[in-house]
Amino acid sequence: MTSQSNTLNRRDFIKLSTGSTAALVLGLSWSCDGNRVAKASNATFSPNAYLEIGSDDTVRIVMPRSEMGQKIYTSLPMILAEELEADWTKVKVIQGDLNEVFGSQSTGGSASIRTQYDILRKAGATAKTMLIQAAAASWQVPVEKCYASEGVVYHKDSKRKSAYGKLVGQAAKLPVPTEVTLKDPRKFKIIGKAYKSLDGRSKVDGSLKYGYDFHLPGMLTAVISRIPRYGSELEGMDDSAALTVPGVLKVVKVSSGVAVIAKNSYAALEGRKKLELTWSPGPHASLNSSQISADLNQALDRTDAIIRDDGDVEQARRSATKTVDLTFEVPYLDHAPQEPNNCTAHFHDGICEIWAPSQNPGNGFNAAKRITGLNDHEIIIHTLRMGGGFGRRLQADYVADAVEVAQHSDSPVKVIRTRDEDIKNGFYRPASVHRASAGVDQNGAVTFWQHQISGPAAGWHGMITGGATEHAYAIPNQKISYSMSDLPVPIGAWRSVANTQTAFVNECLLDEIAIKSDQDPVELRRRLLKDHPRRLGVLNLAAEKANWGKKLPDGHAAGVAVHKSFQSYVAIVAEVSQEKSGKIRVEKITAAIDVGTVINPDGVRSQVEGGVIMALTAALYGEITIEKGAVKQSNFHNYPLLKFSETPVIETHIVKSMEKPTGAGEPPVPPTPPALLNAICALTGERITRLPFS
Amino acid sequence: MEKVTFTLNHKRVTLETDPETPLLWVLRDELGLTGTKYSCGMGICGSCTVLIDGNARRSCRLPVKSVIDKEVVTIEGLGVDGLHAVQNAWVEEEVPQCGYCQSGQILNAVALLEKNPDPSDAEIDRAMDGVLCRCGTYQRIKKAIHKAAEEVRS
Ligand code: FES
Ligand code: FES
Repeated sequence: MTSQSNTLNRRDFIKLSTGSTAALVLGLSWSCDGNRVAKASNATFSPNAYLEIGSDDTVRIVMPRSEMGQKIYTSLPMILAEELEADWTKVKVIQGDLNEVFGSQSTGGSASIRTQYDILRKAGATAKTMLIQAAAASWQVPVEKCYASEGVVYHKDSKRKSAYGKLVGQAAKLPVPTEVTLKDPRKFKIIGKAYKSLDGRSKVDGSLKYGYDFHLPGMLTAVISRIPRYGSELEGMDDSAALTVPGVLKVVKVSSGVAVIAKNSYAALEGRKKLELTWSPGPHASLNSSQISADLNQALDRTDAIIRDDGDVEQARRSATKTVDLTFEVPYLDHAPQEPNNCTAHFHDGICEIWAPSQNPGNGFNAAKRITGLNDHEIIIHTLRMGGGFGRRLQADYVADAVEVAQHSDSPVKVIRTRDEDIKNGFYRPASVHRASAGVDQNGAVTFWQHQISGPAAGWHGMITGGATEHAYAIPNQKISYSMSDLPVPIGAWRSVANTQTAFVNECLLDEIAIKSDQDPVELRRRLLKDHPRRLGVLNLAAEKANWGKKLPDGHAAGVAVHKSFQSYVAIVAEVSQEKSGKIRVEKITAAIDVGTVINPDGVRSQVEGGVIMALTAALYGEITIEKGAVKQSNFHNYPLLKFSETPVIETHIVKSMEKPTGAGEPPVPPTPPALLNAICALTGERITRLPFS
Repeated sequence: MEKVTFTLNHKRVTLETDPETPLLWVLRDELGLTGTKYSCGMGICGSCTVLIDGNARRSCRLPVKSVIDKEVVTIEGLGVDGLHAVQNAWVEEEVPQCGYCQSGQILNAVALLEKNPDPSDAEIDRAMDGVLCRCGTYQRIKKAIHKAAEEVRS
């Protein structure tokens, strides 16, 4: 056993991990810390950074990612507990803080299950192996004669048994094996079962603490009066009235505006109302959405790069018997998680300690470093529970706010945002425009496909093109290209990123060509996807469950879409009707999803339901517009969410699979709007190409 | 600053506060009851719902002086011995995703069932329509309300 210090740097980790599964070894090398093992041998056993077993049989599992509603707080521990043969009733979950041992802790890209599956299985199997070894040694029997089940090691012949808690002292003294055998997935007892959330009760009795609820003794609360327009600067400030508000302690300038620090939220909010600030018009004072749209449309005529170029599109267009040409356009979207952004920071004892409800604590850490100039070991960041994230909390702007404000105080300070601030200061799903065309020959075979994308991409074209080239339709001639624009409106990943735009375009374009060439939309997709079994699998499952092709009630129609994103496959059949007023009603959504091996089927269903609702909200209502250099929307009255009475029946069907597990958070979003729009087109004949449409 | 007295979760409380302070901030900042959530601050979303004399009310714009001598119940005080039937149904149906809106959802459902012990789908839609959930848990809420209604009736 080597003695490693707690401050192993990343290079050391990589060195240690050479030649073996990197991530697990990162975890294991942590456990090689002499101090940790010595301490552990008293009452606990912790063979790696992911778990600790106490002498009271409690299994503490560290969750290295962040929870915001996707229920990984339960599904990630299920994976470890499966291989550990743990007693599920003894499992406690600990939110893992930022720690190099866990590798990237960014929670996004529907990646938690996908990237943690092998790591957590090995972590659990390692502990189980050592516990069995400890039991076998104490009974002086061969290891092969022992097995573990529900937190107990058994000796087959003598029926002797020992609970894990009794074995921790012995197990902690054993060397940590580098190779362990994993279970045969057919023997899984936990993985694949609809387990209830371990934190379910705390979400219904008010006891679960989110970032907004975080409290420390002596803590102050601050709100910021923010820069009102992109690029505008503070020219004058009169804080005298604000400082007379009872409870207001200080007014300070920070990079995002002027902060009022007070004893509590109400005082801070009242103080902010009394600030007198003058701002320069700034360079973007005339920026507005119609100008942005015109510029993006104009940029369609320019090609920055071609990202797929198969065959000869021009030639195929000339020989096509029917062609479709459409221009699609979508607006900026805000994430608007139910809990507005917030963060707490405290400078004490030469360190900066941060409590962030964050999807990406590493990003917050870097922001704090940049602001304070402190060394790595002088910054501590804790991850708090989030009331929704959807990509918004991958950013670190709200962490920066807290760090900057707390620099002006000896006390801990929580910086909260009101809803209007949060909506107006987002990192939005980019607005984009798309010129798309396709054509068929006399046999109805789709012969060409062209898609030009134009949008703001902040230097990374994936922000607008992601998913465009991955439709998998067997079409011989294809050209997909983009032009990127620079705009002052900040953009960021919004639940499924550019797939929201590209699935909309792909699936509506294909539907239109099916209509033009008199083909059934499901049949045409089947033909074009015949070499893609997993896409076909979800398409067929959704079509079957939705009774595709059967007669619907009068005044109803159905539409379909299929899309792969983040390595998961989803097909949606939407059924709509029209009210007398002309208003479209979404009656039913039938979803089929293939996420490979399913960890918690109920968790998958709940992500599908949530993803569908968020996508419908976007299609019906979602729109952030820019006026005079600022976001116009401010709250749920002008940035509405889908309501209870507008919610369709959502039926989720999960493909049975032994493939590697993938995530369910984002993939249900992209195909939902096009399925809806295809249904509307089937019902009304109107092809909607601009969102939102209501 | 004035003395304000009301019943909170079945106990009398008296506190010295600015009577204009919205009940939401009194509960959260002065009394430490953070189960009542801030989300829109404008009476639009329902995340800040509490029961006042049995009716669901939004606390984010309600000055604390307006609950003087009234009975306020927050999510923390809903279950008397263990969880309320509505909370149990929520756990059974795995309603919450992030959970942030759920105290508001639950208290609105409790108030609905008080008045209408066997609501139809349309009645649920009407009663719950203005209680927003960004995570999209509406379908499960509906199921859980029916389940709780059944539980209470039997
Ligand atoms: S926070 Fe009160 S209604 Fe939204
Ligand atoms: S559960 Fe997240 S907002 Fe409703």
